[in-house]
Amino acid sequence: MFMRWHRIQALLIRHLYLYQRSFPRIMDIVYWPVMELLVWGFLSMYIEKMNVGGFNAVTVLLGAVIFWDFLNQSQKSVSISFLEEIWEKNLLNIFVTPLRISEFFISTLLVGAVRLILVGIILAVLAYFMYSFNLFALGFALIPFVLNLFLFGWALGLFANAIILRFGTSAQILAWGFLILIQPFSAVFYPVSALPSFLQPIAYLLPSTYVFEGMRSVIATGTVSTAHLWGAVIANVAYLLFMVWFFFKMFAYVKREGKLLKLEG
Amino acid sequence: MNPIIEVQDLVKEFGTVRAVDGLSFCVEEGTITGLLGPNGAGKTTTIQMLLDLITPTGGTIRIMGKEYALSREEILSQLNFSSPYVSLPGNLKVIENLLTFGRLYGVKNLSDKIEELVDFFEIREFLKKLTYNLSTGQLTRLNLTKALLNDPKLLLLDEPTASLDPDIADRTRILLKRIQKEKGVTILYTSHNMEEVEEICDRVIFIQHGRLKDEGTPAELVKKYGREDLNDVFLHIARAEK
Repeated sequence: MFMRWHRIQALLIRHLYLYQRSFPRIMDIVYWPVMELLVWGFLSMYIEKMNVGGFNAVTVLLGAVIFWDFLNQSQKSVSISFLEEIWEKNLLNIFVTPLRISEFFISTLLVGAVRLILVGIILAVLAYFMYSFNLFALGFALIPFVLNLFLFGWALGLFANAIILRFGTSAQILAWGFLILIQPFSAVFYPVSALPSFLQPIAYLLPSTYVFEGMRSVIATGTVSTAHLWGAVIANVAYLLFMVWFFFKMFAYVKREGKLLKLEG
Repeated sequence: MNPIIEVQDLVKEFGTVRAVDGLSFCVEEGTITGLLGPNGAGKTTTIQMLLDLITPTGGTIRIMGKEYALSREEILSQLNFSSPYVSLPGNLKVIENLLTFGRLYGVKNLSDKIEELVDFFEIREFLKKLTYNLSTGQLTRLNLTKALLNDPKLLLLDEPTASLDPDIADRTRILLKRIQKEKGVTILYTSHNMEEVEEICDRVIFIQHGRLKDEGTPAELVKKYGREDLNDVFLHIARAEK
């Protein structure tokens, strides 16, 4: 009836085996985030040199880039771990073990946590030495903000996986492209007020918006906005409940229609 | 004898197609039973329902006296599956695959278990190889090693000797008989090679159009249909309605 740690651990270690020797996976953790940080870092420094209205570009933009990458890593770890089993035609092998689907997703959550910690360390160190940006200057607010991004990424990953279950691997582009869809509305690099008024309510439906608004608020005032924090938590709970329900619904559908193994092509 | 698998009035519909149509059969503990039938007879769908990969439309499946709805974890921890059409992750080393599946099954003293099976299937020399570098015969042995990690009471084998050369196929059959004899495993076996089925199976279940057509020992069926061998029986049954 209950989740078993040994099964969660089995899948976590299975994915860590791959990270030891997979160049594309290392690229995903090191190369892309670092390149993005460099581009935004230099742009931020350039904007600061131009001295646009006392706007602290390095802090605001680099904070946003790093936070966005946390969300990105979290979502991708869930989706890629699932796709990995499809690509390797391993779904049958793992689902004829006593593994529960909830254990499968907890393991992907942990893979995401490992990726997030690694990316976080790399980007924080690089940003500090190259642009004198101290991620930890956000203080304790950093923890709930990152946790909220992590959970939202997980919920989005579950949603992408549910769609892949329903429509097959032709929908796997969602694993990479889904976040791009919500980026303009998440107010990552600009405040919600910069959005057209009719889009602002949509932005506030996303937990990520509260996190990025909250991050800017901490940078500007030095205090944590509890309204933003609670907004992110409440929206996240709603998303998580819906995505978990939706995934289980799709999983039951593919079992009913005999499509689970057809995903493997 | 105890039935380890009890299938009663099993039905699976995909839209308007009835892939399995009121199928009922039992598999006795400690036997090797062949599940036979022409292409499209419903064998794969039945196996997938036995593995809880497809939800039946109707009927009941009891494995070791239990149903999936209430005892999924208990059933699957004592069951395993192997098929040459289902590979283990090629990008993991052989030993990594065995450790992963051993942990998934919660095998106690996993290293000892792996050691025992590695010797049994003679796969020690390629333990550190990446799985996608193995030959077909080596993959079959690895799949069987994985399938025995949890000391299953019931093993479902889908054409385990398909695409193997006659030598490796023969060695695989000998291994399977050894497994049944030494470990007391019940095996449900699908194959299109009737000579092999005749050699290895204690009983066979013939299904056609998703229904049970006949069952018995290979010798009983050969006698009943007045044919020379099981291959002739298969052809007779498969062509009868055409």
